[in-house]
Parts: sequence; structure tokens; C-alpha cells
Amino acid sequence: MTLTLRACALLAAGLCHPVGAAPPSDRPQPLKSGVEFTGPDVRALQQDDIANPGMLWVEHGAQLWREAAGAQGKSCESCHGDASASMRGVATRYPLLDPGSARLINLEGRIMQCRERRQRAEPLRYESDELLALTAFVATQSRGMPKDVKVDWQVRRNFEAGRALYYRRIGQMNLACVNCHQENWGKQLGPETISQGHGVAYPIYRLEWQTLGSLQRRFRSCLSGVRAEMLPYGSPEFLDLELYLAWRAQGMPVETPGVRR
Amino acid sequence: MTARVQVPRAARRGQPVEIRIAIQHPMETGFRRDDAGREIPKNVINRFVCRYDGVEVFRAEMGSGVAANPYLDFYTLADVSGELVFDWVDDEGKTGSERVPLVVSG
Repeated sequence: MTLTLRACALLAAGLCHPVGAAPPSDRPQPLKSGVEFTGPDVRALQQDDIANPGMLWVEHGAQLWREAAGAQGKSCESCHGDASASMRGVATRYPLLDPGSARLINLEGRIMQCRERRQRAEPLRYESDELLALTAFVATQSRGMPKDVKVDWQVRRNFEAGRALYYRRIGQMNLACVNCHQENWGKQLGPETISQGHGVAYPIYRLEWQTLGSLQRRFRSCLSGVRAEMLPYGSPEFLDLELYLAWRAQGMPVETPGVRR
Repeated sequence: MTARVQVPRAARRGQPVEIRIAIQHPMETGFRRDDAGREIPKNVINRFVCRYDGVEVFRAEMGSGVAANPYLDFYTLADVSGELVFDWVDDEGKTGSERVPLVVSG
């Protein structure tokens, strides 16, 4: 009898948790945007739409949105119309499962896919000004809206793989993401305050880069920081990690284009 | 070269007008090398001029010490309704331009 009750309780607990969701201790409390760990000067730069250098890419993206490209002579606007309506809230849902390939796809990936398959235009390179501009333009349409990725049985493997990578110690420094961004956020690492590592402001303008960069570029900076083996842009490991990070940032408002040191 | 300009829509004669402009440019210092070790030639916006109704009101000569994507913020006195014209040129000879109307009353 006791055993059955325990089994029932376990089953109920299992049913209550959405598939793939991690225990609540997985997320920092309270959730804080990376901009809160920067100085007042950087915060002011992000909030001012003229001084924020990221807005230059958003403006460039708005131009590219209207420009016809490829064999079809179509622009993004030809199909999607006014981005402020059609792209509103879109960035909050990425990365998600691409029904065609049954693989995870991020916002950059979706833009590249649309360009190659629908516009039949030459592919955009990762970290090219054009791809960053379009990504920033699309993501800016969701500014202020809460991150809302779907974590269900279809992406469970990706979610678990992303979480595993988050907890795995890697590189010569033998550090996992969790060691800094979960266990030690808010403390000093050299001159910097360690953030919680949320990806809601990407693509971001990093003053160190002197340009806009994607979340995966930021991942690569961290890999290089812990002296780990470098992963290429668009690798499945990065996409899994993007999904896990998006889940960690669930409910946080999108800030694109962010500014960081 | 993408640029973003902010000028008040309307101004009163004799009042100062704040002009803000951000220009997308790498502002390559000339001190860096690429992954293959080759020098990256210096390429900065070396000359920036703002004309108000045909009269030069602001000029900047920038060098390798200015960060990428320069942002300039300056003032002029509202005088007559006219056009603010911004022109700039970089070391490669590439030019950029923006035009913004300013309506002055009183």
C-alpha cells in the first residue's frame, strides 16, 4: 500500500512538471538582465536610441527588409509585409523546432533559410553585417515582450543536451557555464561583474568588439575564455545551449539591440 | 554607410538646436593585423561637415583615436528654415551624406 502511494506521488510529480523542465533551482533568483551588471554609462547608451550603436544595424536591417534580392526578385517585405506587425513577438519564440528538418533553428538560421529557399538569393554568412542587421531588425520588433520558448517533448533531447553542456566542465580552466553564471553571478571577475548570462538582448553591441555580434559569438568568447575547444557557428551544441538559455530567461523582456562592455 | 540623425522637428529663432548623428563605420585604426598577420590599412572618417542652409556650422576631423561607429552631438542656433546637410568622407574615399529639414518659427 505504502509503495503504491509513493509510486502515485512520484507519478503525479512527474506529470506536474512539463517534460524537459529542470527544477526551479536551475534558474537564478531573481532573474536579472545583463545590463544591470554594467555601469550607468553603458545603461544610458542602451536606452538612448540615437546613441545606441546597435540601432545602426537595426536601421540597416529595415533597409534590407525592403530590398529585393535573389532570382525571385522578392524582398522580405513582399511576403511578410510590415515587420512591426508580422514580426512582433517572433524573436521571443526562438530557438524552436524547424518542422522541415526536425532540427532546432534560431532566428539567424530562419533568416538564412528564408533567403536561400524563398528568395533564392546568395546565402548570408554568420556574423556578416547583413545577417546581423536583419536579425537585429526582426528581434527589435519584439522589444519589451517576454521570452517565451516552447520546451515540450519534441525538443526534449535538445533541451537536455543544452543543459548538460551548461553543467559540463570544459577547457583548460575546467569551468562550466554554471560555475560563473549560476553560482557566482554578481561577483567580480577581474574588472567585470559576472552576469547571469541571459541571451535576451542579442544581437548585442559589445564595446570590446566595436561591432554588433550574435549570441553564438558570445559563446565563442566564453569558450576561448575557459580555453576550450572552439565550436563553429551554427553547430548543434550551440543551438541546444541557446534553447536552454532561452528557457532560463523565460519571461524576461527582449532588449535587442543591447549594449555591453 | 548607414547613419541616424536626430534634429528637433521645429525650433524657435535664436534658440539652440541639438543635433545628434551616429554613423556606421569600422574606424579602422591602422594598428591592427588580420588573422594572417597582414596589416589592416587605416580607414577612418577623416572629415565630417555639417552645413545649415548652405553655411558650415560644424566640422570634425577625426583620427584613429575615435571608436568605431562615431556618434557626434553638437549645437547650432536656429536662424532660418532650411536644410541641415551632413557630408563625410573616409580614407578609402567613400562618402556619405544625410539631409534633414529644420523648420524655424518666430
